[in-house]
Amino acid sequence: MPGEIVSTELLSCSYREGRVLEDVSFQVARGDYVGIVGPNGSGKSTLIKALLGLVTINKGSASLFGTPLSGFRDWHKVGYLPQSLHLVNPVFPATVHETVGLGLLSLKRFPKRLNRADKEKINIILEELAISDLEHKLIGELSGGQLQRVLLARAIVNDPELLVLDEPTAALDPETRGRFYAMIADINRSRGVTVLLVTHDSGAIGEHASKMLYLDKKILFYGGFDEFCHSPEMSSLFGEHSQHLMCHRH
Amino acid sequence: MNLLEILSYGFIQRALLAGTLIALLCSVLGVFLVLRRLSLIGDGLAHVTFGSTAIALALKFYSVMSLLVTMPIVLLASLGILKLTEKGRLSGDAAIGLVSALGISAGIILASVGGGYNVDLLSFLFGNILSIRSEEVVIAALLCLGVMLMLTLYYHELFAISFSDELAKVSGIHTSFINSVLVLLTALSVVLAMKLVGIMLISSLLIVPAAAALQLARGFKVCIVLAALQGCSSVIIGIIISIMSNLPASASIVMVNLLFFAAACVIRRIKYPT
Repeated sequence: MPGEIVSTELLSCSYREGRVLEDVSFQVARGDYVGIVGPNGSGKSTLIKALLGLVTINKGSASLFGTPLSGFRDWHKVGYLPQSLHLVNPVFPATVHETVGLGLLSLKRFPKRLNRADKEKINIILEELAISDLEHKLIGELSGGQLQRVLLARAIVNDPELLVLDEPTAALDPETRGRFYAMIADINRSRGVTVLLVTHDSGAIGEHASKMLYLDKKILFYGGFDEFCHSPEMSSLFGEHSQHLMCHRH
Repeated sequence: MNLLEILSYGFIQRALLAGTLIALLCSVLGVFLVLRRLSLIGDGLAHVTFGSTAIALALKFYSVMSLLVTMPIVLLASLGILKLTEKGRLSGDAAIGLVSALGISAGIILASVGGGYNVDLLSFLFGNILSIRSEEVVIAALLCLGVMLMLTLYYHELFAISFSDELAKVSGIHTSFINSVLVLLTALSVVLAMKLVGIMLISSLLIVPAAAALQLARGFKVCIVLAALQGCSSVIIGIIISIMSNLPASASIVMVNLLFFAAACVIRRIKYPT
């Protein structure tokens, strides 16, 4: 359908241990903020990786911006923020400025070069995320919260239309986590960026997401947040009390 | 013999020129390899070079002509290591160990069949930069130019895959192609570096300058420049020490490199105590 940013049709993925995703079909429209929740091992991260072409899809299909994944080349439209702790080598000698600059490579043709305008763009995004003072620090010198903001800057410096985040707050304290979610919500509202966010933190995500996707290898729920709040299936999964707390905060 | 006198000899000038070029290549590539956790690929490819040199000598390809045999074999071996890592469910070090064992055992068998070890083959074990010929210097210079050009053209892609393969893929970078570029350039450099330090010490030329630069660098580009400076200075100082003190050039170069590394660790301790 036109205007669909993400679309999957009966998507299935397997690892050696067995099937991780089964017949997953859903669509994400432009401007949506989708919170993907579910228990451990439910396939949340695999779904994200399948959508980004990082794991093999065994059955079914996925498309981004209306183009099947196999033929998708417009990677500059996508920003990706994985779990930072697994990503960053603490002795990697890159500065914050250099790291954020990596986010601009998807816009460049061979031979990829960053010009003065790109450097200005990096400075602007660092200012927007209030991390200009970290510009010359090495990424190994940053705290968890600072690193997460730097990686977010890397993910959005190329003005993506879709931002995909995989448990971005796993290593953060509750206060930093709250500020981070607010920042993502602001990016969604002010820039109109479509957001797909995997999290364990269904309570906090409820404050911002416009849609919820509950996954346990299959999609058990996908719909608007209000619908989620009144869903008897979700009530039985979370328990009425937890569901009420989540929806009350919203 | 004073320094000026030493520098006036043609064979020393050739050794210094070729050695500096080779060290430049190895130290720059080393930064990417160390960060990609492929540090020991130099060792593995050096062992393959030993095996392929034995093949070249068995086929009566001597001196520069031996490159016609060794180059393609080592280039193929480098891709073999990569494929074993990507598709063979092997970690990088296991794949390197496997290819390395194949290279060295093939070399030993061929040398034994061919009537035992000869001087040519032994010189590849420990290197002999002072015996480098003019045509070998020209080849080193041309290959150095080619490899540096490729490194410049693919700098950002190499930087991106060194930072994170996953993020590089989502930036639209063909990571398997860039990985192939990296190991092929390494293979070329290793074949050249055999003459400089020999297979026993080749990995030090790749690893030590990068390891020292990582102690002090504040920025990725700075890290590459520091590694290159250390690699080149070690070769120059090492060759001069070896001539003045009548020591083997290869071991002198590596010892100077290690002293630089120790100094970098001390400076880091003083500058960044925590």
